[in-house]
Amino acid sequence: MTAAPGAFPLHGWDWLQLFGHFLLLSLLSVGGALTTAPEMHRYLVLQQRWLSETQFSSSITLAQAAPGPNILFVALLGWNLGMNSGGPLLALAGVALALTGILLPSTIVTHLASQWGHRNRHLRAVRAFKQGMAPVVIGLMLATGWILARTAHDAGPAWPLWLLTTATALLVWRTRLHVLWLLAAGALLGILGAV
Amino acid sequence: MTERETLLEDQPGPRSLTELFLTFTWLAVQGFGGVMAVAHRELVERKRWLTQAAFVEEWAVAQIMPGPNVMNLSLVIGGRRFGWRGALAAMAGMLALPLLLVLLLAVAYGRLGQHPAVVRALRGMGAVAAGLIMAAGLRLSGGLKGHPLGALACGALAVAAFGGVVLLHWPMPFVLLGLGSVACLATYARLNP
Repeated sequence: MTAAPGAFPLHGWDWLQLFGHFLLLSLLSVGGALTTAPEMHRYLVLQQRWLSETQFSSSITLAQAAPGPNILFVALLGWNLGMNSGGPLLALAGVALALTGILLPSTIVTHLASQWGHRNRHLRAVRAFKQGMAPVVIGLMLATGWILARTAHDAGPAWPLWLLTTATALLVWRTRLHVLWLLAAGALLGILGAV
Repeated sequence: MTERETLLEDQPGPRSLTELFLTFTWLAVQGFGGVMAVAHRELVERKRWLTQAAFVEEWAVAQIMPGPNVMNLSLVIGGRRFGWRGALAAMAGMLALPLLLVLLLAVAYGRLGQHPAVVRALRGMGAVAAGLIMAAGLRLSGGLKGHPLGALACGALAVAAFGGVVLLHWPMPFVLLGLGSVACLATYARLNP
């Protein structure tokens, strides 16, 4: 990804502002990394114009395609912000700043809460919370898969993609086939134009 | 202690910070399109650090707390035995190598991103990645066995959460808090004091 036309570079205080914004979003990121993506888009692309539309959406797509947690899309946003502002060195600084900002507050809060919950795990309220959330969490996980499947459907007929998604879900659920084989098959079917 | 908790306590855990770091590195680099599906397989089925039921419970905590789910899961599991150092080791394992890979990918994408074959391959991989997450959800439903609310109520709650997000477009945090509090209160009423 190279510097995008129409995107403004960041100067001194802008980086601090960006860091503060990510610190705040970190505490609001309940329900997963991608739930903050709409707000990041509003701030970085629409309000500050530090990133282009293409840079934003390709950051999310690449992070999804690469191995590792989805939160890495924030690292790529930082990378692009730095590239727009100067070059690879600033881009690396952008990665560090963005990741630290989005992870630091949530990590502290979650660690303290989980340690407390573990010390008090025999309390009825703690047991009720953990077990009670389980069915809702499972429903949300299925919903996440559904939404991810839908976002891939911008171009071309959708049913072959749905078929591939469903087949994957059933195969992984019912067999011990390794995930990498399925991903390779998906890439191959894509290149051949079958999906 | 209930039977469910005894199971949780008896699981073998990580033996060292290095093992934590390497385990999470290994599961992160397998996690295309999100690590959750792989985390379940590695931690429950291969390493046996957690039971099905315990995994669902820890995953619920990871989801309800701020922060990326899989990062939260790694820091909860790392922190359980080794405190702060364990939490950081697990998170570092989750991030270090994948970060390097994704940056390399970003550089490569800058050169090849417009190539139609690359775009089509990513499309196919995206569909597979979505299926992986659904499969993880289906597998986890096995952990609901013996749930205090019973199979029918659990199923209804899961379907309601799914429908709220997919059909009614409710924001996930609201579903989690709204349906979640109903589910927790009902479970509270059913549990022995």
